[in-house]
Amino acid sequence: MKEFVCIVCPKGCRLRVDEENAYSVTGNSCERGASYGRQEASAPTRTIASTVAVENGFYRRCPVKINAPIPKELIFEAMRTLEGVCLKAPVKQGQIVVKNVCGTGADFITERAMKEGDYE
Amino acid sequence: MFDVAIIGCGIVGAALAFELSQYDLSVAVLEKENDVSCGASRANSGILHAGYDPQPGTLMAKLNVEGSILSEKLCRELGVVYGHCGSLVLAFSEKEMQTAAELYERGVQNGVKGLEIWDAETTKNREPGISEKVAGALYAPSAAVVIPWEYTLALAETAVCNGVDIRLESAVTGIEKMVDGYRLQTQTGNVEARYVVNAAGLYADEIHNMISAAAFRIIPERGEYYLLDKKMVNMVRHVLFQCPTAAGKGVLIAPTTHGNVIIGPNNEQIDSRDDVATTGQGLETVRNHAQKSVPHLPLNENIRNFSGIRASSDQNDFIIAEAKDAPGFFDLAGIKSPGLTAAPAIAKMAVELLEGAGLKLKEKPKFLPRPKRTHFTELRQDEKRALIENRPEFGHMICRCERVTEGEILEALHAPIPPRSVDAIKRRCNAGLGRCQGGFCAPRVVELLARELKISPLEVLQDTAGSYILSSETKEGSCHE
Amino acid sequence: MNDAYELVVIGGGPAGLAAACSAWEAGLRQILLVERDRELGGILNQCIHNGFGLHYFKTELTGPEYAGRFIEMLAQTGVDVALDTMVLEVTKDKCVHLMNKTDGYRIIQAKAIVLAMGCRERTRGAIAIPGSRAAGILTAGAAQRYVNIEGYMPGRRVLILGSGDIGLIMARRMTLEGAKVLACVELMPYSGGLARNIAQCLQDYDIPLYLSHTIVDIRGKGRVEGATVARVDQKRKPIPGTEMNFDCDTILLSVGLIPENELSRSAGVAIDNHTNGAFVDETMETGVPGIFACGNVVHVHDLVDFVTAESLKAGSAAAAYVLQDRVNSKRYADIRNGGGISYTVPQRLSDLQTEKSLEILFRVNRVFGAAAIVVQSAGRPLARFKREHLAPGEMEKITLPRKLLGELGSAGLDISIEEET
Repeated sequence: MKEFVCIVCPKGCRLRVDEENAYSVTGNSCERGASYGRQEASAPTRTIASTVAVENGFYRRCPVKINAPIPKELIFEAMRTLEGVCLKAPVKQGQIVVKNVCGTGADFITERAMKEGDYE
Repeated sequence: MFDVAIIGCGIVGAALAFELSQYDLSVAVLEKENDVSCGASRANSGILHAGYDPQPGTLMAKLNVEGSILSEKLCRELGVVYGHCGSLVLAFSEKEMQTAAELYERGVQNGVKGLEIWDAETTKNREPGISEKVAGALYAPSAAVVIPWEYTLALAETAVCNGVDIRLESAVTGIEKMVDGYRLQTQTGNVEARYVVNAAGLYADEIHNMISAAAFRIIPERGEYYLLDKKMVNMVRHVLFQCPTAAGKGVLIAPTTHGNVIIGPNNEQIDSRDDVATTGQGLETVRNHAQKSVPHLPLNENIRNFSGIRASSDQNDFIIAEAKDAPGFFDLAGIKSPGLTAAPAIAKMAVELLEGAGLKLKEKPKFLPRPKRTHFTELRQDEKRALIENRPEFGHMICRCERVTEGEILEALHAPIPPRSVDAIKRRCNAGLGRCQGGFCAPRVVELLARELKISPLEVLQDTAGSYILSSETKEGSCHE
Repeated sequence: MNDAYELVVIGGGPAGLAAACSAWEAGLRQILLVERDRELGGILNQCIHNGFGLHYFKTELTGPEYAGRFIEMLAQTGVDVALDTMVLEVTKDKCVHLMNKTDGYRIIQAKAIVLAMGCRERTRGAIAIPGSRAAGILTAGAAQRYVNIEGYMPGRRVLILGSGDIGLIMARRMTLEGAKVLACVELMPYSGGLARNIAQCLQDYDIPLYLSHTIVDIRGKGRVEGATVARVDQKRKPIPGTEMNFDCDTILLSVGLIPENELSRSAGVAIDNHTNGAFVDETMETGVPGIFACGNVVHVHDLVDFVTAESLKAGSAAAAYVLQDRVNSKRYADIRNGGGISYTVPQRLSDLQTEKSLEILFRVNRVFGAAAIVVQSAGRPLARFKREHLAPGEMEKITLPRKLLGELGSAGLDISIEEET
């Protein structure tokens, strides 16, 4: 039995999900909660954001995000794909920084444009 | 070989360096920290006492009153803001009114001018914010406030502009007698001098004992403070003391020349000579005592706590003398309160002692002031406009709370004693000492300091050695070495 | 930069951006937007995580993406933008004193002003945490700037004080960057942040949350070397004997945000000490006619979407003020904080009645289970809104239709919470 707080709305129902019983959910007040409960108990996913180095850019770092949820257990491996990445300014918003992160089909993309500029 | 080597660049060492720099002498100051004014001189109440408190006949009494008179002119010459607010010793009972009267008598005996005893009504009229229970006060018009590190810096910088060699990060680790003087082993190499003056504050006994038989012991006594937001500037008009009890001078509440209100200190004997932490207990003591003077103290307007350690000694007075078994070696030790006030007088007395020991004093024909620094926020509108037109770096404001511009930070970076840390910049131009305590400006100051010192931001210090601000680049830093 | 503008907006974060856009939409053509940083976007530029725009754009965006949309919108207008420009003073007669490197020191005469300066973080001094003054103690937002904008880590072993969203977000951010976050310590018996963030920032990374605890000592000479945390009692005083030591080198403080109203005060704008922001009416006008305020400078928000809604209102109201050249002063009816209410924004209603409906944002002063938000006027019940759950960390909104407002007169409104027993 897995227990956690539903995060879909501020109510925060305490969900109980029985993984041995087709992931049936109790404690929810709505169908969205049930759906979240099933997903979170069986195959939790997350979105993550980070930054990568920029050469000759307005700032030294450009924020990037994963453009689709990935399995929670791949978070740190996904973060490692950003190591050593260095973008060259100017950078477009939505530019793909790492394609098909850890084989998930999701990409790391830039969150903003970044023009060239002076920085230390 | 130097004529004089001074050990320690707190207010006493700096005041002596300033005095000696007026003469044709070669003078070195050896300071163990990475900036001047790092010991007790940085973290104290900043009061220039009138002089009724020390026992008549002591050096403390004599030099307090002399220093009080010297300091006003000195601050003006040096460009140090002098807050001439006067002080009150508040009395809350008949017994305390008697104590106030005793202090009055003592003050008169010490040569303090202008002292008055006020009744309850006068006291409340002149200080509307204080407790209803006040019975009266001893008023001392000659008391004043300064920012102690501004004062120390001004003295030290002027000394540097007039040829004194101030060496930072140069702790003295050993002293040897030479034929015609002393050899000091320091962290930046040996220094030889005909005369040595020990102004090493909390370490004065250790320095003394390197060359002379133990004669006194420094007893560290820590005091903790609150510093209130400038919004509270009208809370008090004078320095508010409480009647001395067996425990000490009591807790004071005073305006500062920056417009803040300082509250403290307590008094706690500690073993360490440099543990400037604040403690829950200490701050509570300060709070409880301070409420007596001003009930409902707005401590939610606190912007910073800090503590300082007094270099008290096991003697009853300042220790200002040549070491009997080490001719040419002079102690200026045990300089606790009223040390800040007495400093210029201590320096003059030290110069007399040096002269008496054979130091030839020839006044320099030309004595240079330290470079004037811009205080952007105090300029008139037309002055601001003209300044930015000529020097655009003054058009870029870095510290929003204190209104400090990039131009002022650059001036600070090129001061006669260049800053080596973020806090050293703060002490020279006030960037970061406002209500957000550097929250907004610190990254920018770090950047400017790194650029100026040609180091990586990772090497920038908050304050003293080892106080690194940043630990590494974020993981993905690859094209940045 | 001209010497006079119809409208000067102070602050180029989400509040200022929205206000400038809506003022332009409403027909003003002489608008100056002033920003002290080197680009627009405000604090959103460093909020690289998701969670913005669910209400306003119906999609989940990161901070830079949300800011980017408004920066785009603004670029389509003819609003003048002054970057790296600091406003020094705003006078009662709406002169704006500002300065930058290229234009120098200027005094701009405005017909209307929108204050959108945001807020600053509460510091260590404000809560008097005892201990050493070693390096390595900083506010969570300052750490966020170093990590996300400058590209530097402030430390490796982190203790976080305060479980508000900024602290929680930084717990995750530091962990993802390879730091070890030892714990999150919260003074109150409940967390100040969203449940979603407790789950995804602390629980995901097995970072313990200690409620009803606080830091009682910090050790370290040059750099932080450790901290002591103790449990607190109902009066929030540390309980001796409950101390725990943490071997940290960094302490991040997430202990509250304070609206930045120095300029507001200099302009004679009255400040509500419940919000630490200006008293405003339903059009976001302050007590000084023609000076409006919106965003975190009025009250600290949880959702930028609410900031946008409030700021669009302020911008169009400022435009109306200029275009209609309103001469008569408004009359006000108060909105009073009843039981359970910490504050409301707006704090009063004007007799202008230009709004189709009245939106009241508020916070409760403690956690409630199932409860009703009760709206009354002169003892007469006007409306009742049911909620399953209310908490101080979650700003609430109620909307009252125009026909209710028509009957108010000067009696004003009383808002309170009735808990279901």
